[in-house]
Amino acid sequence: MKRVYVNEEWCLGCHLCEYYCAFANSNEKDMAKALKNVIIHPRIQLEEGDNINFAVSCRHCDDPLCVKGCITGALSINDGVITADTNKCIGCYTCILCCPYGAISPGEHGVIQKCELCTTNIKGSPHCVVGCPNSAIVFEER
Amino acid sequence: MGINFLYPEYEVIRNMDKCINCRVCERQCANEVHTYDEERKIMCSDDALCVNCHRCVSLCPTRALKIVKSDHTFKENANWSNRAITEIYKQSESGGVLLSSMGNPKDYPVYFDKILINASQVTNPSIDPLREPMETKVFLGSKPKKIERDKDGNLINNLSAGIELAMPIMFSAMSYGSISYNAHESLARAAKEVGILYNTGEGGLHKDFYQYGSNTIVQVASGRFGVHKDYLEAGAAIEIKMGQGAKPGIGGHLPGAKIVGDISKTRMVPKGSDAISPAPHHDIYSIEDLRQLVYSLKEATDYKKPVIVKIAAVHNVAAIASGIARSGADIIAIDGFRGGTGAAPTRIRDNVGIPIELALASVDQRLRDEGIRDNVSIVIGGSIRNSGDIIKAVALGADAVYIGTAALIALGCHLCRSCHTGKCNWGIATQRPELVKRLNPNVGYKRLVNLVRAWNHEIKEMMGGMGINSIESLKGNRLMLRGVGLNEKELQILGIKHAGE
Amino acid sequence: MKYVIIGNSTAAVGAIEGIRKIDSAGEIIVISKESYHVYSRPLISYLLYGKTDEERMKYRKDNFYKAMNCKTILGKKAVKIHHASKVVELDDNTHINYDKLLIATGSEPFIPPMEGLENVKQKFTFMSLDDAKNLEKALSPDSKVLIIGAGLIGLKCAEGIRKRVNNITVVDLADRILSSILDQEGANVVQSHLEKENINFILNTSVTKFLNNKALLSNGEEIDFDVLVLAVGVRPNVDLIKEINGKVNRGIVVDEFCQTSLFDIYAAGDCCESYDITTNQNRVLALLPNAYMMGECAGINMAGGEKTYDKAIPMNSIGFFGLHMVTAGNYDGEVYTQNEFGQYKKLFVKDGLLKGYIIVGNIEKAGIYTSLIRERTPLSDIDFELICSKPSLMAFSKIERKKKLGGAVHGY
Repeated sequence: MKRVYVNEEWCLGCHLCEYYCAFANSNEKDMAKALKNVIIHPRIQLEEGDNINFAVSCRHCDDPLCVKGCITGALSINDGVITADTNKCIGCYTCILCCPYGAISPGEHGVIQKCELCTTNIKGSPHCVVGCPNSAIVFEER
Repeated sequence: MGINFLYPEYEVIRNMDKCINCRVCERQCANEVHTYDEERKIMCSDDALCVNCHRCVSLCPTRALKIVKSDHTFKENANWSNRAITEIYKQSESGGVLLSSMGNPKDYPVYFDKILINASQVTNPSIDPLREPMETKVFLGSKPKKIERDKDGNLINNLSAGIELAMPIMFSAMSYGSISYNAHESLARAAKEVGILYNTGEGGLHKDFYQYGSNTIVQVASGRFGVHKDYLEAGAAIEIKMGQGAKPGIGGHLPGAKIVGDISKTRMVPKGSDAISPAPHHDIYSIEDLRQLVYSLKEATDYKKPVIVKIAAVHNVAAIASGIARSGADIIAIDGFRGGTGAAPTRIRDNVGIPIELALASVDQRLRDEGIRDNVSIVIGGSIRNSGDIIKAVALGADAVYIGTAALIALGCHLCRSCHTGKCNWGIATQRPELVKRLNPNVGYKRLVNLVRAWNHEIKEMMGGMGINSIESLKGNRLMLRGVGLNEKELQILGIKHAGE
Repeated sequence: MKYVIIGNSTAAVGAIEGIRKIDSAGEIIVISKESYHVYSRPLISYLLYGKTDEERMKYRKDNFYKAMNCKTILGKKAVKIHHASKVVELDDNTHINYDKLLIATGSEPFIPPMEGLENVKQKFTFMSLDDAKNLEKALSPDSKVLIIGAGLIGLKCAEGIRKRVNNITVVDLADRILSSILDQEGANVVQSHLEKENINFILNTSVTKFLNNKALLSNGEEIDFDVLVLAVGVRPNVDLIKEINGKVNRGIVVDEFCQTSLFDIYAAGDCCESYDITTNQNRVLALLPNAYMMGECAGINMAGGEKTYDKAIPMNSIGFFGLHMVTAGNYDGEVYTQNEFGQYKKLFVKDGLLKGYIIVGNIEKAGIYTSLIRERTPLSDIDFELICSKPSLMAFSKIERKKKLGGAVHGY
């Protein structure tokens, strides 16, 4: 299955992936309209260190702890993509407790949010990859 | 402020309706132009620091930024230009030599733009390169004077060592130090992929790049930095650098601050000490001396590597080339006055040397006249900007061209001409790790491959148009060229007719 | 192959999904005394709070049993296992034979003997959907609610009904709230947050006697109430196994394959004990993720696959009125802490391993800590100072990071 991978060798820590993510998930067509005066809650998040940066988003594990741990059944695997049914989610954050990558975060409206590879927004394929200026983030089969 | 105040040359224009405060401009500008004002919650910029490299403009996700030339001006004066005045302010403040980077930007004639290419009509059919074979492969090196056969009538291989190129293009000398590791890797991998050569410059060869040896020209310059037996043997050819188009007559100076880590190791220069390449080779004061070095290098490499002698295009280039062609060198490389550099004194860059088109035509003609054209191949550089320039160069007599600036532009260079600051925002002309990282060689090498492949397609198209199916048939074929707006002398030197003739 | 599962909650679902990973054809029968489609028990407080409804509480979609090709026998209780003949007897006297049996009977509220309790009319436990529905019916805005037990169930109940009633008092014998998951300081943080929501606490105190609508407390106080919720604790439902001499301590004893001491009988979920790797002890870990993973493990093994469940740790994620907390492991060891604004955090380290943690407030990326515990990652291998201040993958070595982020992730 194609997944999003980040190569820290080329990640510049520019944070653009986060903005492209927030834009994609806003379902707006204009980025300025979507993000102007908005504090973003991206589903891909940068970790920054001394000359090392890398962005982390859901790994879409084959055997995911978050799905097993989800107390509501809101998290499920659809064609390999781990998706969150935010209508079902009640924001207990057990998935955040379970995820070894720190890839799930509290979202708006008291429920969780996570990368769904842009399969559930208007972009259709991972927008962080499109926005990465150094091809550090790729969407490929490994 | 006051007497030493210089109004910024460029202004950063930010469309506040579009700016989303993502701060990518701030993070990506090594010149620290952009800052975020926490209080007002807006991005600000200091125009004075901007070098107009477009890094911020290119990465701004909402296209909120553009850089414009300031319309602030001195009182108009055809003699005292803004630039002339500003340079005096700078020098009277600093007392120093002005430094610049990349090629001569001044308004001298570009002869390539005054030459037009022929095409076939009716009487001699053009060739469709998509349907018929079209050869752009070239062999560089001295050619035997005659075909020799043994007593059984079999051909005797009397070819000396040469270079085979898939197309008449090579990447010109840019040292590891002047450009980054990632830029070098991109060049090396691209050269290998398309079957051409790149050139180490006077920076030595990083051990990681020995694997690309068969696509590498190793350079020996006046400082002899990074030269040792393995280095000479690693490459496909050896280039003796006598001069450089951007700064003929002077040497080089890589400040100690840049002699760090692997660069120190590769150049064989102690960390932190300046690497000074002398203006002349101190062992070369005559063609005979040059001949000694040529043969020393050949001897050292068992006559398996062709030797290139690179010179800057200067006034009596033809006579110099004639000497080189008799020195045992296999290839002459000539670098025009528009050739790039990582740093050069502005005055030299802008005023010394001659246009490559004229130098090439006169060298080719001189060597033909003297019957020694086959002794050497001619490679020219110094601002080849597109495949049209290559066609014209080959028709003027070049065997192949060197591209440097064009290759850097493919890698992201925006020609801001600030290489000498070492803060290249595109990760090319810098050694700062966080900046070097910005050039991902996986991306860079593909872009180089794309560029030269695209040019090769265009070369084939234009050759086909002329009814020529082999680049060899175009070489020195000046009948394929016509000049426009050139005077008699220029046409005479170029050896071409005027359009309409 | 015929699989019979007693119980229809998380562990049962885990088992069904586990079996179907291996065996798509075998017959599966699910028996439950409750007559509902499988629902998430922890959601009953959110149901009362209004954050979910019965439809959304369904733990799996409506077509789950059909899609998994399961038969259900709902509303019937399994009363006996005839182990030798491999038959389960139901309360309507039907007998169901099995090849492999899973006990996923969960737990039930534990009600300690209290004087006068039998005379309290409006008393409830808070475990099942029916409990929630019954409690809901009894509440009116004027109700004075007394909750015995300041644990997860009691406090979740208090949060759930907070908008419906004006007067809630929680009594607990322990010296702090949420004593099973928080230390004193952490508990104080959460308690003061809850007190702002007008929930009253009386700690270090027990009820000595009920007099109809009045509770007499051990500290001498008296409390009037209309509705009593008993949330003292839970007890694993182990009777079916105990009766046939299967090994039972506090919960049913299973091995790492989730098999009981009896052949062809497996057990999973709240009715069992698991091996807690942070204390190296068997204990009942009545937690939903644990139940699912045990169920799945049992299911895979029942169907002939091989899976071990050997990474059990206590862990909880819970929030009250917007204040979240996550905890895991045990709290024995050296304490490290590096708090940021709006966060209470403690890490517990022993033998060079992270053994447990408590975070109240900003719980982002806490799973990275959980994985350190679960994977028993030697802290000497990572940048512990960095990870102390903030859970991050940056603290791992480049090689380890490449493993984590550079390829397809197959499991845990």
